[in-house]
Amino acid sequence: MSEVRFTKDHEWVRVEGDTATVGISEYAQEQLGDVVFIELPSVGAEVEAGGDAAVVESVKAASEVYAPIAGKIVEVNDDLEASPGLVNESAEDQGWFWRMEIADPDEIEELMSAVDYKAFLEGLD
Amino acid sequence: MSQDPKQTPLHALHAELGAKFVRFAGYAMPVQYPTGILKEHLHTRSAAGLFDVSHMGQVRLTASDADARLEGLVPGDIAVLKPGEMRLTMFTNERGGVLDDLMVTRRDNDLYLVVNAGRKDDDLELLRASLGAASVVYDKDRALLALQGPGALAALARHAPKVAGLGFMKAAAIDIARCAAWVSRSGYTGEDGFEISVANADAEALARALLGEPEVAPVGLGARDSLRLEAGLCLYGNDLTPDTTPVEAGLAWTISKRRRAEGGFPGDAVMQVQLADGPARRRVGILPAGRAPARAHTPVVNAGGAPVGEVTSGGFGPSVGGPVAMGYVDRDHAKAGTEIELDIRGKRYAAAVVKMPFTPHRYAK
Repeated sequence: MSEVRFTKDHEWVRVEGDTATVGISEYAQEQLGDVVFIELPSVGAEVEAGGDAAVVESVKAASEVYAPIAGKIVEVNDDLEASPGLVNESAEDQGWFWRMEIADPDEIEELMSAVDYKAFLEGLD
Repeated sequence: MSQDPKQTPLHALHAELGAKFVRFAGYAMPVQYPTGILKEHLHTRSAAGLFDVSHMGQVRLTASDADARLEGLVPGDIAVLKPGEMRLTMFTNERGGVLDDLMVTRRDNDLYLVVNAGRKDDDLELLRASLGAASVVYDKDRALLALQGPGALAALARHAPKVAGLGFMKAAAIDIARCAAWVSRSGYTGEDGFEISVANADAEALARALLGEPEVAPVGLGARDSLRLEAGLCLYGNDLTPDTTPVEAGLAWTISKRRRAEGGFPGDAVMQVQLADGPARRRVGILPAGRAPARAHTPVVNAGGAPVGEVTSGGFGPSVGGPVAMGYVDRDHAKAGTEIELDIRGKRYAAAVVKMPFTPHRYAK
């Protein structure tokens, strides 16, 4: 079974073995509105936990997407180049941003569970 | 500093329609409705959008010599306006920089001004100092709605057939849905349309009547910005500032032959030199070659990487289907067709200087 964790910056991380898939949450896409462009990291790039990794451009504004954990980028979602709207249609599935190696599994444990993230969102309103 | 934002008379209606609010110039304004900016933008270009622009300042100048006095503050030709005629002009400073852009309409008994929300306090101070406080009236009890798009005429004419007789940049007192309104054939989208001033008390009834028309959907500030950007129209604070002159901004067409010759407005000498010699830099359209939007403050560089200007407004153009921008570049790079590069987050992207608008204007005759 894969497990999905969330950050306070509204990224999600799905862990499958020693790799993680990362995207932005349903809440984040709703806040951003219509997504029109995504600048993805380069495959092979090393990212730091909390460091800049991608930029998502909506009709409204450009927003940074941070790496939830440290590790090496092993794959990016090329479909987003032609169809950035996938992020709006399917933020937590087809609209994934990148896959990465997990440098330190302990960093996963520090992220919020789906239940905790839901409570966190309720606290924002 | 962080006082509660002011609300327009349509606030409750926006909330009922599911608007997302954003603070803009001290007001809580709808940035979008549940349909989203893209669809609101496209709907305005294909049918009609209703915008609440009640945050803008509506000001009346009541002195008999208000036109001559106002000409001391703006380069526009106000004296030539006949009742019911309107035009765009700018308050300028001694360097020719723009303090605000505004619409001026001559009416039978006053000059009617519409100024930007974020500038209205300063504008009022400027006007009162020059014309006397007694003859400057801020109409804070009036709302302003814009109905824009190819379906605007049909939708509005069902409530007020007389609006069909208004030409572009003309205005008149016309009752709409039993509300006494001041209506102009003008707007900020590049489309045909109207701007409608009514008493605050009548605003919601009028908005509901217009939203009841099949062509009309509510549109927020988000699409208002992308629509005006595609239309090549300036946003004060971005494309017009105290450090840019109307000549540099490509707005020399708002300065008549008489006013160029006579001067008599702040910064006249600076602008007269720029009109004679051409300005050292100019506002131009910028079309990025790829998909990455270039936002305001994006550096514009030449092929060698040397700076030649800066983007002042940019984003995604829903009708263009890609990124569009405008900005200031030096005169050697201002010709349409010039290849330039944009430095977006440290990466260089190809772009070209292009003629504006990005989408053709479709104003009424």
